[in-house]
Amino acid sequence: MKTDNKKIREKELVVKSNTTNLSSIRDFVYATALEIGFSSEVVDNIILAVDEACTNIIKHAYKSFPEGEITIKLKYNNKKFTIVIIDHGIPFNPDTIPDPDLQKYYRQHRVGGLGMYLMKSLMDEVKYVSVPGKYNQVLLSKNLNTTH
Amino acid sequence: MAEFSTSIKDAGDVNVVYLKGYLDAHTAPILENTFSNLIEKSKYSIVVNFKDLSYISSAGLGVFMAFIEKIRDNSGDIKLTTMSDKVFNIFDLLGFPLLYEIYKSEEEAINKFSETKKLENR
Repeated sequence: MKTDNKKIREKELVVKSNTTNLSSIRDFVYATALEIGFSSEVVDNIILAVDEACTNIIKHAYKSFPEGEITIKLKYNNKKFTIVIIDHGIPFNPDTIPDPDLQKYYRQHRVGGLGMYLMKSLMDEVKYVSVPGKYNQVLLSKNLNTTH
Repeated sequence: MAEFSTSIKDAGDVNVVYLKGYLDAHTAPILENTFSNLIEKSKYSIVVNFKDLSYISSAGLGVFMAFIEKIRDNSGDIKLTTMSDKVFNIFDLLGFPLLYEIYKSEEEAINKFSETKKLENR
């Protein structure tokens, strides 16, 4: 069934903005990514990118407030897997995040922007949309048949 | 909930920290505590064994950045060993091999500490 299905299918998971939920988010995405037919290496990369996006939402959009809502929508067919993650926290402008500078982090004993860098490196597409006062959305997608 | 734990082996002057399970933003504080406890006891020669680590996100990588300078300021180091390809690829993507020594075997990583000491005592 999975190989000849061009129709877009959808699944959705809603969780609270608590780091406890990162593992169930990863499990949710993992199962579908495998079912679509990505290699296990690509599946690992996809779940890491989703983890990084959700970790950023918990830490920055909700400032570690654990009762916010995160919606993870999966849309997929036999060509493309899209993960849309929605929150109602503080809007985020990805253009303000520079690429990571490890030498600087070494001096400052902290890191920032690593998650964003990983998302951009591991996925084919990363898009942020914020509608102030309503919602923030990050869209991650991966095409099937890509080699990396 | 993701499982993560650390255990420590005393190997003479060197302490080996074994990581097990899933290291993400939820479990990173466990590793922070492990490093803090070692530093409190002035144990600065640390080998981290990744053999049983199934997963790491940037929150886990950040823990290594948080402690490394303090440890090196005290003539110590965190050396990494027995990483799966999957975990190594993430370290590599972020340029961590420039900042950390990574060894194939635990023994090799432990021996590097005594080799460094011998050189210093010459």
